[in-house]
Amino acid sequence: MDKEKMTIALFSGDLDKVLAAFFLATTAASMGMEVKMFFTFWGLNVVRKPKLTSGKTFLQRMMNCLNRGGAGRLPLSKYNFLGLGPLMMKTMMKQSRVPDVPELIQTARELGVKFLVCTTTFAFMGFQKDDFIDGIDEYCGAAAFLGDARESRVSYFI
Amino acid sequence: MTAIVQLDCFGLLCPMPIVQTAKKMKELKIGDILEVKATDEGIKTDMPAWCKATGQEFVGIEEENGEYRVFVKKVRE
Repeated sequence: MDKEKMTIALFSGDLDKVLAAFFLATTAASMGMEVKMFFTFWGLNVVRKPKLTSGKTFLQRMMNCLNRGGAGRLPLSKYNFLGLGPLMMKTMMKQSRVPDVPELIQTARELGVKFLVCTTTFAFMGFQKDDFIDGIDEYCGAAAFLGDARESRVSYFI
Repeated sequence: MTAIVQLDCFGLLCPMPIVQTAKKMKELKIGDILEVKATDEGIKTDMPAWCKATGQEFVGIEEENGEYRVFVKKVRE
């Protein structure tokens, strides 16, 4: 019997939304589902290395410097307060033994969750494959994602 | 021989007890029972749901002073 599928389009790069996406992805994988996470737009920050800058053109380098990536440095969608909010949130999570995003990435990997990166965002932001963490399963487009999504029992856009 | 394997999830919040359970179950043999110890109340509904999704057998749950002991039998790979 084929495994049930779950797909998540992760558009957001906000810590709180990313946590929700990873909780659902790791739980679904634990429940025996085949899970694919498609990182697009700000969601790419989750799987970017925390480099100071990247990109080819001046504008790309400016934007990627303002919008630095890295799973450990994501902002909150509310109460960000220039980074104070995430710091408080991460401390509270640690106190309650809730895993942070880098740990959840590792857990998702161990459970066989597949990571897909949107080639369109990749191209117009001027990224290179070296700007991303190791082990990205696919660099693909909307049609490839929708091909998986239409066969999925559960599909989310976060 | 049926073995009872324990898994300590005290202090872990949803969904970590379920994620840990899924990982641990892979190490068990068919017929073995996993005893998950947890403090997150979510386990009361999460574990039966997990068993239903994965086809494992939910044996039962004991609750004492906010501590839960959940038993799951491995009946398939």
